[in-house]
Amino acid sequence: MGKRYAVLWLPFLLTDWYTRRHPDCADEPFVFTVPVRGRMSVSAVNPRAAQSGIVPEMLLADARAAVPHLKVLPDKPARKAKLLQAIGLWCIRYTPIVAVDATGCLILDISGCAHLWGGEAAYLQEIDRQLRQRGYDLRSAIASTIGAAWAIARYGPSGAIVPEGGQEKAVSLLPVACLRLESSLIEKLLKLGLRTVGNVTGMPDRVLKRRFGNEFVQRLAQTIGKEEEFMSPLKPVLPYTERLPCLEPIKTAKGIEIAVEKLLETLCQRLAGEQKGLRKAKLTYYRIDGKTGAVEIGTSRASAHVQHLLVLFRQRIGNITPGWGIEVFVLEALKVEEAIPTQELLWSGEGSLENAALAELLDRFKGRDVHCRIRRFLPDEHYWPERSIKLATSLTEKRTTTWRTDRPRPTRLLNPPHPIEVTAPIPDYPPMLFRYKGEVHLIKKADGPERIERAWWIEQGEHRDYYYVEDDQGRRYWLFRLGHYQGDRSANWYLHGFFA
Amino acid sequence: MKTSIEKSMLIADLQHQILQWQGFKQVERKETGLGLGTLERAFPGNVFPMGTLHEFISDNKEEEAASSGFLAGLLSFLMKKDGVALWISSSDQPFAPAMTYFGLEPERIIFVQMQKQVDILWALEEGLKCTAVKVVVAELQEINFVQSRRLQLVVEKSRVTGLLLRLQPRMLGATTCAARWHIRTQMSHVEGDMPGVGFPTWKVELLKVKNGQSSCWQLAWTPRGLQVEQLKAERTASSSKRKVG
Repeated sequence: MGKRYAVLWLPFLLTDWYTRRHPDCADEPFVFTVPVRGRMSVSAVNPRAAQSGIVPEMLLADARAAVPHLKVLPDKPARKAKLLQAIGLWCIRYTPIVAVDATGCLILDISGCAHLWGGEAAYLQEIDRQLRQRGYDLRSAIASTIGAAWAIARYGPSGAIVPEGGQEKAVSLLPVACLRLESSLIEKLLKLGLRTVGNVTGMPDRVLKRRFGNEFVQRLAQTIGKEEEFMSPLKPVLPYTERLPCLEPIKTAKGIEIAVEKLLETLCQRLAGEQKGLRKAKLTYYRIDGKTGAVEIGTSRASAHVQHLLVLFRQRIGNITPGWGIEVFVLEALKVEEAIPTQELLWSGEGSLENAALAELLDRFKGRDVHCRIRRFLPDEHYWPERSIKLATSLTEKRTTTWRTDRPRPTRLLNPPHPIEVTAPIPDYPPMLFRYKGEVHLIKKADGPERIERAWWIEQGEHRDYYYVEDDQGRRYWLFRLGHYQGDRSANWYLHGFFA
Repeated sequence: MKTSIEKSMLIADLQHQILQWQGFKQVERKETGLGLGTLERAFPGNVFPMGTLHEFISDNKEEEAASSGFLAGLLSFLMKKDGVALWISSSDQPFAPAMTYFGLEPERIIFVQMQKQVDILWALEEGLKCTAVKVVVAELQEINFVQSRRLQLVVEKSRVTGLLLRLQPRMLGATTCAARWHIRTQMSHVEGDMPGVGFPTWKVELLKVKNGQSSCWQLAWTPRGLQVEQLKAERTASSSKRKVG
């Protein structure tokens, strides 16, 4: 089956949008204006103004002369493009591939989509009805090429459907302007008496190329279907996407769960077939009242396990607001990785970090509490206590260096260190007593000092002299003094941890 | 004529029968000890109960650090060569490099930090359900009887050991835990009055044991392992000897 395209043209896009917000303006002529080379130029007109002969790109003074009571509104430069893009995104419910072209039309790649709405005629009628209900005037067409659909949407009867291979016949009677050409080229063609497309299709390419340039020949070939035309979709289509249109709008949690399970089953089957797994997935839902929403899940290792992913989505179902009901679900795999092949038959890897059940458990933690921190520590080659550990990036990451055991380290580290008051006899002797949170601790035994310098290539600052001390009740602490003793200031002492 | 081995086997058999009459069905005769020595003698059948819950009380930061050290030592016995442990806490976590001192590889522990107590309880239950994990340590403040019974039902099925470190608990009610421990720091002992701090020394109190005897020891963690400094093993008051749970 060949490609099929639908082109939607909204001739009064800006003014329809304004009328939607201010219904009282519907019956009076109004225009949007933008300054062009120091003069006000009309950028959009509403149907009433158009009836009076005002067209876009007319000067405001001329328009005022034709209709004295014309209402004038200022236009913003990017407003039209933004509106068109919003409508384009809304159209994703009809097809995943939607593009906006430079002339202000929406191009929908509807290959393989129309039968879901019961044929192309019903499909186009549905879009037409939905947009008209929202107050937008619309001209549309379906054809096998973008060029032909565009030509008919702009210059032909609205809602026309060109059968496959019939585009040359369909456009032959239309004016040459329907080929999306520059205005100077159109003038040139008209001057030569070539008014319709039919006049030029019979001519050899060689002749046309010499007289009207390469672009003209390319446009003609694209319209007729001799050359393929590419479009850049608003949303890049992800290779792993599943959609599920629902017959009846879905409102219940159970219904959403069934829909997610169905989507996951097809997606995971595909992923498993290609030996891949999900790392990040997004479920987008389209509600019948036009609103959309999305929930996302992430996994700590590539997974194509339906039940596990379903559990993760189940934790997120509470965040979905179905409103009056959801009509389409789209499941996208945002991040896909090569899955580690599982050897479930030989041994399940029980008790090791490679176990899939462990990764799934941690995913559930993350799903329950988004701010939950799951960490694994590996040794790092630094003396500075805070830097002596680094976070492992994955569950299976191996340590590259050994854990240091030659120096005592506290089982609980205070972060940041807590300032304390200390009495120490003479420099470099361990302290005699210290005060922490109002309690005085008499030091009976002490080890140290252990001097730890800062890594100068990372940060600037003073060194620390650590003491491992035990007080009269057997409680063990890790204290340090920051920097050297200096005559003019009292030493800075800190408590940095508790020993076992 | 019976040899001493046969005699001791007979005694062990009788003890097992008594335990069964008392309604204690957990202990299996095949189970061997962990190598904790005197510590295991306080438990029924002289076996450290695995696949159950243990409760550790700590009243302040210093006791918390001591309990963390003792737990790390216990984990090294429980996890042996392989296995993964979860350590679920709310705010600060143990400092991983210190665990190597207690014979534990810190990279085999996954530290989980969650904000709410409810979430920690939930994570504890999920962790105990998962057989891929060998031990789950959870730092909690409060746990009531209903919550602990729920966890007990989970561990009976999965045989995962759960260690609850209770930080400054306000109430010490009854729980289904197999044992309740309290670990306090003690003055360390140095040979011949040499300067410096000795090996980590604790007063380990077993406040409650299911079908066992509550005891108290003074233990030191030396590079050779857990050593009983002065074997007190004093039987605490008879009131706390009754069956717990």
